[in-house]
Amino acid sequence: MELSSLIACHECDLLQRRVPLAGGAVACCRCCHAVLYRDSPNGIDRTLAYTLGALFLFLIANLYPIVGLEVQGNRQVATLYGTVHALWNDGREEVASLVAFTTMVSPALEIILLAYLLIPLRFNRIAEGTIPVLRFLQTVKPWSMTEVFLLGVLVSLVKLEHLAHVETGIGLWAFAGLIPLLIAAAGAFSPDEIWNKVSRTS
Amino acid sequence: MNVGDITAGQMGFYACHVCNLLAKSEPGEHDAVCRRCGSPLHLRKPDSVARTWAFLIAAYILFVPANVMPIMHTSSLFGAQADTIMSGVIYLWMSGSWHLALVVFIASILVPSAKLLALTFLVVSVQRRSTWEPMQRTKLYRVVEFVGRWSMLDIFVVAILVALVHLQSLATIEAGFGAVAFGGVVVLTMLAAMEFDPRLIWDPKRVQHG
Repeated sequence: MELSSLIACHECDLLQRRVPLAGGAVACCRCCHAVLYRDSPNGIDRTLAYTLGALFLFLIANLYPIVGLEVQGNRQVATLYGTVHALWNDGREEVASLVAFTTMVSPALEIILLAYLLIPLRFNRIAEGTIPVLRFLQTVKPWSMTEVFLLGVLVSLVKLEHLAHVETGIGLWAFAGLIPLLIAAAGAFSPDEIWNKVSRTS
Repeated sequence: MNVGDITAGQMGFYACHVCNLLAKSEPGEHDAVCRRCGSPLHLRKPDSVARTWAFLIAAYILFVPANVMPIMHTSSLFGAQADTIMSGVIYLWMSGSWHLALVVFIASILVPSAKLLALTFLVVSVQRRSTWEPMQRTKLYRVVEFVGRWSMLDIFVVAILVALVHLQSLATIEAGFGAVAFGGVVVLTMLAAMEFDPRLIWDPKRVQHG
């Protein structure tokens, strides 16, 4: 039996036959129901569209203030970089690095590398270094925490509301739009499809 | 060979953990790599139990300062104040935002402690080669993996407050050591969950049935 016609579940290791999927179906493990692989109709086009949208909103989210605060004529605004900078200056370099890594570096890498893989694929070409990039994407994914950050902004807005006049910035709205796009991109992305393309060409 | 009753491990097949491609293992072979993506191949994640324990124990140690030490120092014209995670929750509750108090309580107190206990339970059960309810334990593992990131909530709240409340003479907020420890707990438990191999939950049962 050909090994490439089989798949082992990554959660319970059960060996199963691969079946062709169509119409956005999902193949689940017979034993533990983990998702093995999925069919994503026009997966590359859709993922690329969401990713490019996310790239645009990510830039806005980083360039514009997220929240502002006004006390007795004193006005203070915070951008994403500003929060990292303030923590670093207070001598909390560990926390500053963690925030920078989870809200700026990881999402940026995720978006840019996806676009790097998908734009050539859109034209039926395989980007240089597709294999290490795919592997790296898998590693960086859990550390990208945009949605948790947005909830953090909302909690701090409520905390400050009692003390001062707070205002929301363009960055906050960009973040709010970024999250559904990132989720949609992850949902449309089928790494299995790209792996199959890689093995066919090599 | 009966596909559907047997595991890749029992057949001596490596399943690449990056690209899912299967490969036959040769007896006595070391340092096998995936022929498609070049990742190192293992039947199970190497030293999964020991590595999970290492991250877990480190997380337990940091869990104490994370909860006891202040995550935030506030100084204003009206005096100075230090806030721990719990006092932040109580403040939200007292000021009438009980729904947000609940969100922060779940994300910052309930989830990290439940996650530590759940991972401990999973590693111990795997070490004792338990055959009890593998499906339920797999579900528990999935929940642990899914919710882990939400514990970063309090770190982000502190970060934004520090950046905003820098009104020189009026008030300042600084991050306390509790925030460093708490961030450490979140990262370490995420690493522990990543090192844990859920296939170990199923192995003892499969051996029993042959």
